Amino acid sequence: MSVEAVDVDAPSRPPEGTARPVRSGRTVRVGRISGVLRWRDLAVPLAALVLLVLLSAVSMGRGDFPIGVVEVLRTLAGLGEGPQEFIVLELRAPRVVVGALVGLALGVAGALFQTFARNPLASPDTLGITTGASAGAVAAIVLSGGSSAGAVLGGLGVPLAALLGALTTGFLLFALTWRAGVDGYRLVLIGIALWSVGTALTDWLLTNAEIYDAASAYVWITGSLNATTWDDALPLALALMVLLPLALATSRLLAVLQFGDDTARGLGVRLAPTQTAVVLLAVGLVAFAVSAAGPITFVALVVPQIAVRLTGGARPPLLASGLLGALLVVGADLVTRTVLPEALPVGILTAVIGAPYLLWLLVRGRRRNT
Amino acid sequence: MATTVDVPARDPARTPPRSMRARRLATLVLLLVLVVAAALASIAVGTRAIGLTDVWRSLLDSALTTDDAVVVRQLRVPRTALGLMVGLALGMAGALMQGHTRNPLGDPGLLGVTAGASLAVVLAISLLGLTSPSSYVWFAFVGALAGTVLVYAIGSAGRGGATPLTLALAGAALSALMYALVRTVLVSDQQTLDSFRFWVVGSLAGRGADVAVQVAPFIAVGLVLALVNAPALNLLGLGEDVARGLGQRIWLARVVGLAAITLLCGAATAACGPIAFVGLVVPHVVRALTGPDHRWLLPCSGLLGAALLLAADVIGRIVARPAELQVGIVLALIGAPFFIALVRRRKAAGL
Repeated sequence: MSVEAVDVDAPSRPPEGTARPVRSGRTVRVGRISGVLRWRDLAVPLAALVLLVLLSAVSMGRGDFPIGVVEVLRTLAGLGEGPQEFIVLELRAPRVVVGALVGLALGVAGALFQTFARNPLASPDTLGITTGASAGAVAAIVLSGGSSAGAVLGGLGVPLAALLGALTTGFLLFALTWRAGVDGYRLVLIGIALWSVGTALTDWLLTNAEIYDAASAYVWITGSLNATTWDDALPLALALMVLLPLALATSRLLAVLQFGDDTARGLGVRLAPTQTAVVLLAVGLVAFAVSAAGPITFVALVVPQIAVRLTGGARPPLLASGLLGALLVVGADLVTRTVLPEALPVGILTAVIGAPYLLWLLVRGRRRNT
Repeated sequence: MATTVDVPARDPARTPPRSMRARRLATLVLLLVLVVAAALASIAVGTRAIGLTDVWRSLLDSALTTDDAVVVRQLRVPRTALGLMVGLALGMAGALMQGHTRNPLGDPGLLGVTAGASLAVVLAISLLGLTSPSSYVWFAFVGALAGTVLVYAIGSAGRGGATPLTLALAGAALSALMYALVRTVLVSDQQTLDSFRFWVVGSLAGRGADVAVQVAPFIAVGLVLALVNAPALNLLGLGEDVARGLGQRIWLARVVGLAAITLLCGAATAACGPIAFVGLVVPHVVRALTGPDHRWLLPCSGLLGAALLLAADVIGRIVARPAELQVGIVLALIGAPFFIALVRRRKAAGL
């Protein structure tokens, strides 16, 4: 590490939420484009990607009909045959792919929100977007038998109701925060209010529901990959193909926004369009992820914080957050299906795996820094 | 729009001290009046229509044994007292928590209080078969205490001690872990979910005078600790280094503050279930009125919390007659739009 740390000084004031020394890197120039390259920025996403592929292959191999990792990889490459091909591609792949895509979307969205609000606790969960999705989905589950409005909601189906709930809350969050720009602090405050409304609605629906409905709604709220098919993967994959490149493209602007609105304006960033883009991209990513698998708890909050500690940068890196998010969800899903006696929703395991890891990083990081 | 109007609220240094003090005193008096009014409404209004003169007589004459008098004395007065205490506790705990974490998202539950209490309640329902809210009280309280101690222990591990960031992150991570256990039980045990879903909304209904008496001493101690902590919290707001330089013992201030938060929020959660809205929102509203001085912010947050909780409880009794809407739900549904309007009208006071 220290061998390469020669060329560039760290930004002088690391933002709140990442108060740790920023490691320097090497400046790379290609023609007119230049940037700082730090090996951890490359190594962490790369390692996450390799692990993700391996873990996915293991996950697709496990089940009532075990298949070796090599066989799975061969099948994925189009060299499989007969029953194995069917089992891997039709039965097991959708679940793993949806898990990975959901983790990717949540990780990137979490990093966007945390960077934008300059607050490590800002995430789609605390800002009300996933609670909005929960309210929509629970309404669709609980009310479908009853009134006419409920029947309409039930007719939409749970994923669409969740998508609508998330998008509505997301646009409300944006529209209510907007006042000649999106202030990060105001975003957080409005988010708190929307979160309380979403939670209250969900709780109210749950207390008024039949207990069977409440139980199935509760599984959805926790986030589950059970009974996932390619139909669930398609909308999410399409959304990611559009939103993910755009989100990654904002990375450099985010780095500037990090220093505060005035500095960013001084450095020539057009604030209002940038802020709009960041918030709407994050909302879109969350909405499609949540509609596919439910609000898998904690991924968007914890993964960016893990990523920032692994790369040692000044703010949550987008790509690494996304890949680590995918890794977390796929890994948690693998544990729910193989290690545990009873099939639990994946949303439980993401917290059980992610939380201790973050705690360990916190404790270890402090010791090393002092 | 009206950005110039709110300058005094945000920046006391630039305004004459006298007008600021007058403003703060006016806020305090107004909040006291609101609390008294809300408490009176809470005693007078309910499912059973009782005339104001009857209410008054049954309060004064303890020998009166009509049905009305019994309802007022044995149901409404304890409920109002509990609402008052819980509102005070949650409002103050919220202001303390936001001060200590220096994070606008710092709700007292972040310290592991709510998650710990939820876990204990779920285990009590699932393993011991308890079903009435008043039988959860001690479990919830012990769970809340254990949750906070765990968060503080991990958040302050290492030689650097507890900083706002590590506390907040450790709290978020441990809460998520405890909620994962809660969910593990709830998704596999429908009977427990059936009882738990009514506890988790947060309500004042069905808690008798005994619950109020049980939690009162903890809230009283918590309130004292909170007020004692106010000057130190002002210093901590300048940054830990400055505070240390001015002679403040950082760890002492943190421990006193966190003990107060635990007692206040733990007792309130034990009595009524988790009510996040008060702790999250009230301090932001009050900060816009009194400025960031915690000596004013803490008591005023407590008072506004009490007034809001009582008012929401009364509204919950009226709108769904003869049934009731739980106070946690009313608070969020009615309080949130007001809060949003407030945030939009003025530039929010930073921490």
